[in-house]
Amino acid sequence: MKGRVTVSLRTGVLDVEGKAIGKALTSLGFGGDIDVRVGRVFEIELPESSPEVALSRLKDMAVKLLSNPIMESYRLELVGSAPGAALGTTGT
Amino acid sequence: MTRFAVISFPGSNCDDDCVRVVNEVVGETGYKVRHDERTLDRADVVLLPGGFSFGDYLRCGAIARFSPIMDAVRAFAAAGGPVLGICNGFQILTEAGLLPGVLRRNVGLSFICEDTFVRVEGRQTAFTNGLEPGSVLKLPIAHNEGNYFADDETLNRLEGEGQVVFRYCTERGETGLPGRPAAPNGAARDIAGVSNVRGNIVGLMPHPERCCEPLLGGVHGRQLFDAVLRTIAGDGGPL
Repeated sequence: MKGRVTVSLRTGVLDVEGKAIGKALTSLGFGGDIDVRVGRVFEIELPESSPEVALSRLKDMAVKLLSNPIMESYRLELVGSAPGAALGTTGT
Repeated sequence: MTRFAVISFPGSNCDDDCVRVVNEVVGETGYKVRHDERTLDRADVVLLPGGFSFGDYLRCGAIARFSPIMDAVRAFAAAGGPVLGICNGFQILTEAGLLPGVLRRNVGLSFICEDTFVRVEGRQTAFTNGLEPGSVLKLPIAHNEGNYFADDETLNRLEGEGQVVFRYCTERGETGLPGRPAAPNGAARDIAGVSNVRGNIVGLMPHPERCCEPLLGGVHGRQLFDAVLRTIAGDGGPL
């Protein structure tokens, strides 16, 4: 089973990289005031067969290492063929 | 002789500078301790040097904090031992939860390498013991992630407890001039360095070890080393 953790800056935390990219998109003619938030995606192979256990393990990883709660939040997903995949949770 | 343990992580690149200053300039004993060791070898002071520990992968300091030696650093700090994190060392201390806040990418998105002025703030810590509050030090910075960040509640608490140790300022010690942020990197409230509540753990982005000799363009960095020697000697300070 594969898990996916998406980490991005928390709402309300200024994303200067996102702002720079938004301005670049505007200058390319995609319109004005484009709100861009930059994040990072971790795709992780998990040994668990149970989606609940896999998600709980993924959450531990996100909390302990993959994100820093002072500035970032995370989103968890299971991807692939497992039934019940894409059970997602979000945390900070 | 006061013993300064300098922790070497893979990617640390200011560890030799720290050892050199302690041995050749300050005249005490400086030695390196590897990240995968478990004891600090009778250290009196611990320095976490600058550099790019573990390639700055994931977030600066996020992987170094799990190094075996960090258990010893944590125990040393918990017992009141003086710990100074410089640049990447500061980042490691915040990731480890030993200091509040986090260092984000510079607001201008570029690496900044220049001399800065910082004002000594707040109460006395292990590394500012004996320094005149309000005095201005000229210290160099060299970093891409020095933009100090914490939520307003935390920042207010830090100010209240006197945990803001250094603040970027003008040459004359001014901050808050209209239209002219003193912090070159976007740091909240111009914060360049903070301490824990007890004052024995200090982190700062500027590099005091790079300006301890006239040949290198300045000697203000030496004041932090002299301050911790006074602290060790029981001459003031928080311990």
